[in-house]
Amino acid sequence: MAVRAARELRDGEVVFVGIGLPNLACNLARATHAPNLVLIYESGAVGAVPDRLPVSIGDPALVTGSLGVATMADVFQFYLQGGRIEVGFLGRAQIDRYGNINSTVIGSYEHPKVRLPGSGGACEIAIHAKRVIIVAPLSPRTFPENVDFITSPGQNGKYGSREQLHLPGAGPVRVVTDMGILAPARSDGELELVAIYPGVDEKEARSRAGWPLRCAPNLEVLPPPTSEELRLLRDVLDTDHLYIGKREA
Amino acid sequence: MTSAASKVTTMREAIADLVHDGDSLVIEGFTHLICFAAAHEIIRQRRRDLTLCRLTPDLIYDQMIAAGCASKLVFSWAGNPGVGSLHALRRAVEKGQPAPLALEEYSHFGLVARLSAGAARLPFWLLRDYDGSDLPAANPLIRSVDCPYTGTKLATVPALNPDVTIVHAQRADASGNTQIWGLYGVQKEAAFAAKRVIVVVEEIVGEGVIRGDPNRTVIPSIVVDAVVCEPWGAHPSYAQGYYDRDNRFYVEWEDISRDEASLERWLKDFVYGVDGRAGYMQLLGAQRQDRLRAKPLISSGVNYGF
Repeated sequence: MAVRAARELRDGEVVFVGIGLPNLACNLARATHAPNLVLIYESGAVGAVPDRLPVSIGDPALVTGSLGVATMADVFQFYLQGGRIEVGFLGRAQIDRYGNINSTVIGSYEHPKVRLPGSGGACEIAIHAKRVIIVAPLSPRTFPENVDFITSPGQNGKYGSREQLHLPGAGPVRVVTDMGILAPARSDGELELVAIYPGVDEKEARSRAGWPLRCAPNLEVLPPPTSEELRLLRDVLDTDHLYIGKREA
Repeated sequence: MTSAASKVTTMREAIADLVHDGDSLVIEGFTHLICFAAAHEIIRQRRRDLTLCRLTPDLIYDQMIAAGCASKLVFSWAGNPGVGSLHALRRAVEKGQPAPLALEEYSHFGLVARLSAGAARLPFWLLRDYDGSDLPAANPLIRSVDCPYTGTKLATVPALNPDVTIVHAQRADASGNTQIWGLYGVQKEAAFAAKRVIVVVEEIVGEGVIRGDPNRTVIPSIVVDAVVCEPWGAHPSYAQGYYDRDNRFYVEWEDISRDEASLERWLKDFVYGVDGRAGYMQLLGAQRQDRLRAKPLISSGVNYGF
C-alpha cells in the first residue's frame, strides 16, 4: 500500500501529510520519482525533510531543515482553505461506498460503542485538498455500506453530492487498499474497483466491501513494487517496520 | 529602556493564584511545548470541575481527567499520537469513571478558528468547512451565516475565551515577553484569547536577549500575568533546541493508562509523590534526560541593523 500510495504522487506536488503509512508513502515518493514533493504537516512544518520517520505529526525532525514553519491558523486558513494543497491523505476507521469517512464513533454519537479520536484536520482536508487519497486495507468492517458518522465528506451521501454542496476540492479520487485501488464512478461517485495488484483475485477483492462492489470495465493490473522501492521501505525509511508488514508493502 | 516589573513566580503560586475550580482552561502546544508541569501542579492542588480545551487532549488531559480535575472536554482529536487511544478519557466517556465527562467536539480548523475569534475579541469566526459532515449535527455550536457580499453560506464557530491559558515556551524575560521557535501550534491565539495567562519557560533571559531578536517574540508581556521557569516542564512532549519528544513514554502510557489501578499508581509516584518538576525529573532519571537532550544546531542569525 505504501508503494502504491507513493506512486499516486507526482513530482512537485504540494501534499498535506498525515502520520503513519501516508507519511511513509510521501517519503518514499521523495526518495524515488518525486524529489520535489512539498510536504506540509498540519502541525505547521512546510517543506519538511524529516531525516527520521516521525512518530507524531509534530515531530521536531519535521522542523529541522524545513522551508518554513507556519502557525496552525495559517496552515488551515491560508494553505488549506486558501486552495494551496494539491493532495491530502486520509485513513481509516470506516469508509462507505461514496468515500465518506468516519473517524469519530462506532455506534451512535450519544452512546458510542467505540469512541474514536475524531476529525483532527480530516474534515477540512476532505473538503479543501484538490484531491484526496485514502489509504486503508480492504475489509467489510472498514468498508461498510454506510458509515456510523460522517466525519469527512466523500463524493455523495445524505447531504448531497460535492457539486450540490459546492465543495472546493475533488474529494477522495483514489482509495489505495491492500488488494488494489478503488475510485469513484463518474456517474454517481460510488467507489468501484479500478485496479488490482498482480496475483489478487478480482472476486476475492470484490467480496471485501460491505456493499456489492462494482468493477470498472477496464480493470487494470498494477505493476508490482520494484526491488528498489522495497529496499528503501525496509532498509531506509521504516527500518523498525513500524508501518510495513510483508502484506502491506 | 527601563525594565518592566517582574512577574516571575513559582508554579505552585501561579496555579494557586490564577487557576480556580470551575475555570475553563487551555494548555496548548501541538505535540511541541505541552506544559505537563502545570497540569501536574493542577492535579496536586486538586482543582475540580475544569472545562479543559485543547485540539489534542494528548496524555496531559488524559492524566488530568484520570485525576478527576475535569467535567468537560472541548477538543478536535482525542488519541495518543502514533500509539492509539486515550484510555482515561475513554473510561470517562464510555463508563463515567472517575466522573462523567461532557464532550464538545470540533475539527482542528474549527477549534483554531474559535481561538482566533477569542484572540481578536470577535463573537465568532468564519470558515469554509463542515458541509457534508455530521459534525454540525453533533455540535449545535457549529452554525452558519450567509455572506453579506456574495450570499455564500459559511460555517461559523463561537469565540473561545478561556479563563486561563497556560503556554510553555523556550524562553521569556521576567515580564513575560515570550519567544518560541519550532512548531508554533496555537500558542499565540490561545494566549491572546484568555482572561489570564501563565507562561512557563525553559529559561528566563534578560530583556536584552529578547530585544536582540524581536522577531522571535510570539507572546508579548502585555498579555502575560505570571512567568514560571520550569526546565523540562514539557516532558514527555518536547522543546525544540532543549529536548526531544519522549516517544517511548507515549508508548509506555498505553500500558500505564489501560488499567485504572496502574494509572492511579503512576499518578501517586510521578505527580502526588513529588513536589514539583525537579522531583519528577529526578524520578525519571539522568539516563532518560541524556537520551532526550537536544544536540546543538544553531541558526546563523540575521542583521537587525539599519
